Amino acid sequence: MTKEEKVIKRKNKSRRLKLVWSFMRGSKAFFIISIISALISALIDVINPQVISVTVDNVIGTEEADIPAFVTEWINAAGGFGFFKDRLYIVGGIIILLAAIAVVFQYCNRVFNTKGAETLVKTMRDSIFSHIERLPFSWHMKNQTGDIIQRCTSDVDTVKRFLSEQLTSLLRTLIMLVLSIYMMFSMNVKMALIACAFMPVVIIFSVIFNMKVEKQFTVCDENEGILSAMAQENLTGVRVVRAFGRERYEREKFNKQNEKYTGLWIRLHRMFALYWSATDLVVAIQVMFIVIIGAIMCVNGEMTAGKYIAFISYNAMLVWPIRQLGRMISEMSKAGVSLGRIDEIMSAEEEHDKPGAIKPDMNGDIRFEHVTFNYDGCPVILDDIDFEIKVGTTLGILGGTGSGKSTLMYLLNRLYDIPEGNGRITVGGVDIADMNAAWVREHVGMVLQEPFLFSRSIAENIGIAKDDATLLEIRQAARIACLDETIGSFSKGYDTFVGERGVTLSGGQKQRAAIARLVMQKTPIMVFDDSLSAVDTETDSKIRCALKETSAQSTVILISHRITTLMHAEKIIVLDHGKIAEEGTHEELIKLGGIYKKIYDIQSMGAEEAV
Amino acid sequence: MNDTQTKKQYTALPFFGLGKLIKYIKKYKWTLVVMIVCGVAGSVGDTVIPLFQRYALNHITDGVLINTLGGFIALYIFTIAFKIITDFTASYLAGKVELSMLRDLRTLSFNHLQTLSFSYFNQNSVGYIHARVMSDTAHIGELVSWSMMQGVWNLTYLVGALVVMLRINAKLTLLIMTIIPVITVLFAIFQKGLITANRQIREINSRITGNFNEGITGAKTIKTLVVEDKMQKNFIDDTTKMRKTAVRAMRYRSLLSSTITFSSSLALAIVLWKGGNLTVERAMEIGTLSVFMSYALGIMEPIRWIVDMISDLIREQVNIERLTNLLDTKSDVADSPEVIEKYGDTFEPKKENWEELKGDIEFKDVTFKYPDGDEYILEHFNLKIPQGSNVAIVGETGAGKSTLVNLVCRFFEPTEGQVLIDGRDARERSQLWLHSNIGYVLQTPHLFSGTIRDNLLYGNPNATEEQIYDALKRVSAMDIIEKAENGLDTDVGEGGDLLSTGEKQLISFARAIIADPKILVLDEATASVDTITEQNIQRAIDKVIEGRTSLMIAHRLSTVRGADVILCVHDGKIVERGTHKELLAQKGYYYNLYTRQYEEDAMKSVFDS
Repeated sequence: MTKEEKVIKRKNKSRRLKLVWSFMRGSKAFFIISIISALISALIDVINPQVISVTVDNVIGTEEADIPAFVTEWINAAGGFGFFKDRLYIVGGIIILLAAIAVVFQYCNRVFNTKGAETLVKTMRDSIFSHIERLPFSWHMKNQTGDIIQRCTSDVDTVKRFLSEQLTSLLRTLIMLVLSIYMMFSMNVKMALIACAFMPVVIIFSVIFNMKVEKQFTVCDENEGILSAMAQENLTGVRVVRAFGRERYEREKFNKQNEKYTGLWIRLHRMFALYWSATDLVVAIQVMFIVIIGAIMCVNGEMTAGKYIAFISYNAMLVWPIRQLGRMISEMSKAGVSLGRIDEIMSAEEEHDKPGAIKPDMNGDIRFEHVTFNYDGCPVILDDIDFEIKVGTTLGILGGTGSGKSTLMYLLNRLYDIPEGNGRITVGGVDIADMNAAWVREHVGMVLQEPFLFSRSIAENIGIAKDDATLLEIRQAARIACLDETIGSFSKGYDTFVGERGVTLSGGQKQRAAIARLVMQKTPIMVFDDSLSAVDTETDSKIRCALKETSAQSTVILISHRITTLMHAEKIIVLDHGKIAEEGTHEELIKLGGIYKKIYDIQSMGAEEAV
Repeated sequence: MNDTQTKKQYTALPFFGLGKLIKYIKKYKWTLVVMIVCGVAGSVGDTVIPLFQRYALNHITDGVLINTLGGFIALYIFTIAFKIITDFTASYLAGKVELSMLRDLRTLSFNHLQTLSFSYFNQNSVGYIHARVMSDTAHIGELVSWSMMQGVWNLTYLVGALVVMLRINAKLTLLIMTIIPVITVLFAIFQKGLITANRQIREINSRITGNFNEGITGAKTIKTLVVEDKMQKNFIDDTTKMRKTAVRAMRYRSLLSSTITFSSSLALAIVLWKGGNLTVERAMEIGTLSVFMSYALGIMEPIRWIVDMISDLIREQVNIERLTNLLDTKSDVADSPEVIEKYGDTFEPKKENWEELKGDIEFKDVTFKYPDGDEYILEHFNLKIPQGSNVAIVGETGAGKSTLVNLVCRFFEPTEGQVLIDGRDARERSQLWLHSNIGYVLQTPHLFSGTIRDNLLYGNPNATEEQIYDALKRVSAMDIIEKAENGLDTDVGEGGDLLSTGEKQLISFARAIIADPKILVLDEATASVDTITEQNIQRAIDKVIEGRTSLMIAHRLSTVRGADVILCVHDGKIVERGTHKELLAQKGYYYNLYTRQYEEDAMKSVFDS
């Protein structure tokens, strides 16, 4: 690793910490309470064996008490050890009391830890979601949907698992480790040394095993993925399998992979069984050492019976959690990786308006002034586009695939910004780049060729852009879009759920739903991007007439391949390979005898004659 | 999707539905017996180990320990070794049984799916079936091995500890045992709350994933509608609910473990008080008191495990039920025993008895409705498709154009009437015979992961190199091979995703040609591709249908125009039928559809010229 890489790595690490810190707003208090509770309950756990030890040695037995002075004072004030000897239920009571306190704090520790972790994860999810919604459209186009979703879900889950499960046990383990080691050393240094001698062995073993097993895990996971994908492929391709009569082949293929997968897992499993048995062995031997040496020390009078019992309890507190350390460490590194992947999303820059962005009147003439545009790293898609749309009129755009007509609309809607010096778009004389982006979008309504509907009811979909939409308004909008009748035929009417969990709408129905959505918006500028392509000619004209009536004030931009749709527009432009090839009214363009005329001729010749 | 169903199925099956699994477990009877024996033995070892401590403590003062130290250590080590070995064996075997059961169940369900009829696939989503094969099986495997072992282990420990305790001091043990019913009830209550909360968590979690999905795939629309805040509010509602439910789940989980801690302490207090008195009175030795404390502390955890296992069983019932339902589902379309006798079944065909297929298809008075639908889609439908002729089926997306194809392929069988292949009812011969003679080109071409060659050979594994290249040339797909890194042996990725849509189309055409079927079914793509690819595909189609009987779900005008018969489907029914000219003259549904397509083509042709 070079120096530079190291610096970058350190930078990344500190950025990740900063990220976590920022996600921790609102959850810090929970974490602090949780840690304090963990400390208290651990302390009580540590006191417990002492009570037993004192009881066994001094109350039941007759040893000299070796306990802090204030406790002795307290005991003497109560009537000495003899007092308790006759009233052992008091000792029982103390143990129950301690247990009650420990339980309460244990409960607090876990619940507050979860509260903290869940609050943190919620903040994280909310921030990510909000951030993604506010990232520029170009970011969305550049990144793969599947990958982003993966980061938002499984990476978040990894972090969450670490925070809510691993972090608590890690903290508890560490606290217990420190406390029990302290107690052991304070009781008997020799025995404590023996007990601790085994620790490095178990820890190193655990860490090495986890590193090794991780690799095997990855292989197993990959093979599970392959098997799962195989089943998926077979199920989605069931028609192909049947049609080619390859059931037997599929069976053999699946079985082979299934065998391989099973073999791998059995091997991994054996590794685990071996690991646990081996650590069990080490731990059991350690306990044996303690038991035997402790007993011998008792015989030699170096230790009391009560202390012996207490020591064994402390040893148990120490030895079992250590085995988990390796796993916790590997989980921690996984969480770190996930956090890094999330950070990559969070560090992308959100859309922002220019300082002093304005919200002017949007009822004005639209002008494209010498607009030139290309997508990142792609050739020019719009080349010196210059035209005007008078307020309240209709502009028709005709253009082939890749002519740049949709890009034109993306620019008008501020989905992309025109770079400095490449022309500008104005509405009522104001450059839209100087406006608030949300303001622009609220006033430029768009219907796309393949509209996206949300997985909600149809009514909610139509009324989504209006906060207080009534069913009456929604129905009115649906009627304009010629969709009311169709919706009526669904068994749940306007409450019908759309999408995966509900009905699947046809292309034409989706387009009409999107038009109804636009009608609800009542925007002064309306764009129809090839949005009636899946609707038949008759319905198409019906919808357009109804639209004309309800939104006569609006400026309309129609993109279509259907001359009959475009011909009534006040102005029509023909876009060819990023340039305006022709411009004028229907009559003017026909007279011109160019592309428009040609298409018109073919289309109006009609289908029959074309054969 | 099956939430109501899930709840309904919660009502108890006898023995948690485990009876249904017996036939799958049988094979591992002996392994399971050994596993259980080892589990019990290991557990006994765990029960015995504290006794060493007792012995040591009791004999500290009387010198017996020192005198017997050698034997003591030897026995101690032996017990440890015994325990480790039995533990290892038990857990190794449990894993083996788990994974073997998993493998068996997956193989069984996968194989069974290969024989199920299409109505099953139409009624159940791929995701649903996939979950049965992949995850239900995993749950069951785990249940049979681990839950069983844990249950056995804990039960043995519990019984063993209680027996030892009873023998040491019955009265004290009985006193401690009074705690058990109370905490069992508490465990059961908390467990139930935990399960409910966990189910809600899963539901909310899938909603959150759905939200992310929508927020990302719908980014364009969300931006243009300026509904970011609304979406976010919606999202925050869900995450808030998630936090609440997760904390609730944790409350139950903590209550469970707090109950253990507290009841252990309670037991400990009882032992110290009552047992302490006994020790003071010299009725009990100090080592015995200590070991009694160990047991009192140790028995609470096993009780929790047992409650846990029972609730596991209740939960897993659904998985068992769903998987066994799948395995018990009978195919709607099945070959009769006589047919199997003569032609063989899906996995063991008797190809020597197969007749050659010529390619005459006839629908004879066919009435049909889908098994899950209630509307008749075809009523007394008649159509003759002579060998070598082309039928085009047109209509909107979702109008039900695949019905005829499904019947010809015998993916479904007519409710009434017959589909005749070469003059004989399709049911008189085996499905595999028919399918081996049908080529199928899908709208979204489905390629399997593997190499290009694997995919090309899918319909005819014995095709020669010449046949492959000939087919590729005929559909002008040689470019793809030449361009590809390893030629025919280039990997196509999952679902063929390393190739473009157009390339996948061409490969799937070549695949159909190599299979050389007498009947070809073709579902044309609606997706727009560039003009050159479009022309290539068109040429490929012409090549593929040459000399075969073909049924095409068609979108391209050129394809439709050339067909011998055109069937127009609207709302699931055939509304018009005739040749291109006849239908245009009717000025009806077809006319409309055709005009629309025509306009688009017209524009394309002008701009692209």
